[in-house]
Amino acid sequence: MTKIYRLENLGCANCSAKIERKISGLKGVTEATVNFFAGKLIIETIDDLEETSLEIEKEAEKIIKKIEPQVNITKV
Amino acid sequence: MNRKLIQIILATLLYIPTFFLKPETPLQIILFIISYLVVGGTILLKAIRNIRPGNFLDENFLMSIATLGAFYIKAYPEAIAIMLFYQIGEYFQDYAVDKSKRSITSLMELKADHANLKTENGIKITDPQDIEIGSFILIKPGERIPLDGIITEGLSYIDTSALTGETLPKEVSPGSELLSGCINLSGVLVVKTTNTFGQSAVSRILELVENASNKKSTQEKFITKFARYYTPIVVGIGLAIVVIPTAILGLSTLNTWLYRALAFLVVSCPCALVVSIPLSFFAGIGTASKEGILIKGSNYLEALAKVENVVFDKTGTLTKGVFEVQKIVTFNNFNKSEMLELAAYGEVHSSHPISQSLKRAYGAEIIETRITEVNELAGLGVIAKVDDKIVTIGNMKLMNQEQIEADETDEERTIVHIGIDGKYAGYITIADELKADSKKAIENLREIGVSKIIMLTGDSNTSAKKTADELGILNYKADLMPIDKLNQLEHIMVHRNKKGKTVFVGDGINDAPVLARADIGIAMGGLGRDAAIEAADIVIMEDEPIKVGVAIKLAKRTVLVATANIIFAISIKVIVLIFSAVGLASLWMAVFADVGVTIIAVLNSLRLLRRKGL
Repeated sequence: MTKIYRLENLGCANCSAKIERKISGLKGVTEATVNFFAGKLIIETIDDLEETSLEIEKEAEKIIKKIEPQVNITKV
Repeated sequence: MNRKLIQIILATLLYIPTFFLKPETPLQIILFIISYLVVGGTILLKAIRNIRPGNFLDENFLMSIATLGAFYIKAYPEAIAIMLFYQIGEYFQDYAVDKSKRSITSLMELKADHANLKTENGIKITDPQDIEIGSFILIKPGERIPLDGIITEGLSYIDTSALTGETLPKEVSPGSELLSGCINLSGVLVVKTTNTFGQSAVSRILELVENASNKKSTQEKFITKFARYYTPIVVGIGLAIVVIPTAILGLSTLNTWLYRALAFLVVSCPCALVVSIPLSFFAGIGTASKEGILIKGSNYLEALAKVENVVFDKTGTLTKGVFEVQKIVTFNNFNKSEMLELAAYGEVHSSHPISQSLKRAYGAEIIETRITEVNELAGLGVIAKVDDKIVTIGNMKLMNQEQIEADETDEERTIVHIGIDGKYAGYITIADELKADSKKAIENLREIGVSKIIMLTGDSNTSAKKTADELGILNYKADLMPIDKLNQLEHIMVHRNKKGKTVFVGDGINDAPVLARADIGIAMGGLGRDAAIEAADIVIMEDEPIKVGVAIKLAKRTVLVATANIIFAISIKVIVLIFSAVGLASLWMAVFADVGVTIIAVLNSLRLLRRKGL
């Protein structure tokens, strides 16, 4: 399943690279991409369960807040 | 004005007088501290807020430590300079990112904010988002076309430059397709909409360009990977430079080593590098979109720079794909007009350009009930039953297969053979015209060093040879069925250089599998065609083969800039680090290695926004 989020106030390119790497490493994630210019986060998960995807979403949010506390995350 | 800019200016104003004051007087130190806090206060706050285990390599934290360290060893001017220039670098990055973003989102302004919907009670001004497919809208001169559609009434000229880069206005009349985002220049038009707002040209272009940076090039991947190891290594060495001489070797010159180590902290931030590489690709893609070339990902731009073979489809790509009947030759006492009539009837259901030309030449209306059977044979032709006559229309292969004794002609045109009730009736020659810029397009490709240009076509050998000769293409393959085109492409791809890439350029009709199979599939004139957009990696919006060369040039330029930035930035940083370690470089040089390099690299990337020389 692919989910897209909008990241507002993304500060620097390196931070988005860090976010991308950390989320890619989460269990159940096949690929995570941060598009710095469009301010988008795309998470691809292994299975299609809504539950796992929500769990991953929570984890991802934690990671983002840790690296870039000022970023707002909204689901697209 | 931006807050960061105010901070920078204020701090600079406080900073300059310190150079004229007696060193280390209370006044000078106070000015230093205020200036520092003005420009770096936010960084310090962020650093404190972000402190947590595993996150100590945060840029804000590194800069704070570096500057506080500089204060500690009484290198006051350097302390402020580090913060000040760091902020200038940041400001500059924001500016550059913003600028290139805006150059792309200038496409955003292509969105019309209203549409004049025709209703029973007259014209109603409506939000384009609320208009359904098949509605009729009125477009006045000077207005932007809000939705894709087909003209039902009116004549006008359309400015398509924003979408296609084409500066000449386009003449339109009833039946012409209109793409949203263009401007209606002269007449009032009534248009039947064919797409919803979300599906219309403007929205799709925006989405395509925006999503292009999701697919990253190897250079972008390299640089993020590099950054991952770069910071910890540089900080580690910096730490070692202080700890080893003082704590282990027992040297007493702590401040000297500290000064050298601070340079490492200043240079440790990789952000400049990390931003300048994707910025290059982003700018390259943005510029391409202004030229009417939509690139679906940085990776394709990168691949395009390594192009070795360019394979063109002939009909509709190098030629106009508009066929006209040139000559009708009959045999066995068949009548010319009867043969044309039967041919037009037999091809009635086919949308192939050749069939269209037969129908046009016939001219009269087709009475469907006269046709009882139609059998389309891909790559061969059609066998149909018209008025109880079996009509066989197609190429030589079909005639042979049906054992119709056809006349082998040496006409250098496309030939359609016709058999009626198993007897050879004759042939019709059809000619297609070259596009105006095809020859130039091939020449340009040669100029930029594309070694192999190949043309594939389903047409006969004679007509393919004629086109190839006219264009100066040495390699061509004719008489290909759609599946043969795929095989040919695969053959080409097997025999090319390992690192070279193969581009296929087609019009998206019948060649979607080939577009998808090639390293880079370029669909031309395909904004209206969903299958082509889906299968292609690059979409050229106007029917102009010359844009293939433009795209390749731009790709080469982009990759060159990105590579230059990587080499330049890394080597400057490494040199300054080595000099700092042995005490030959000052903190000022470190500041240059950080901010100076950022600015130069980012400016270099921004050069890609220029369209000159493409």
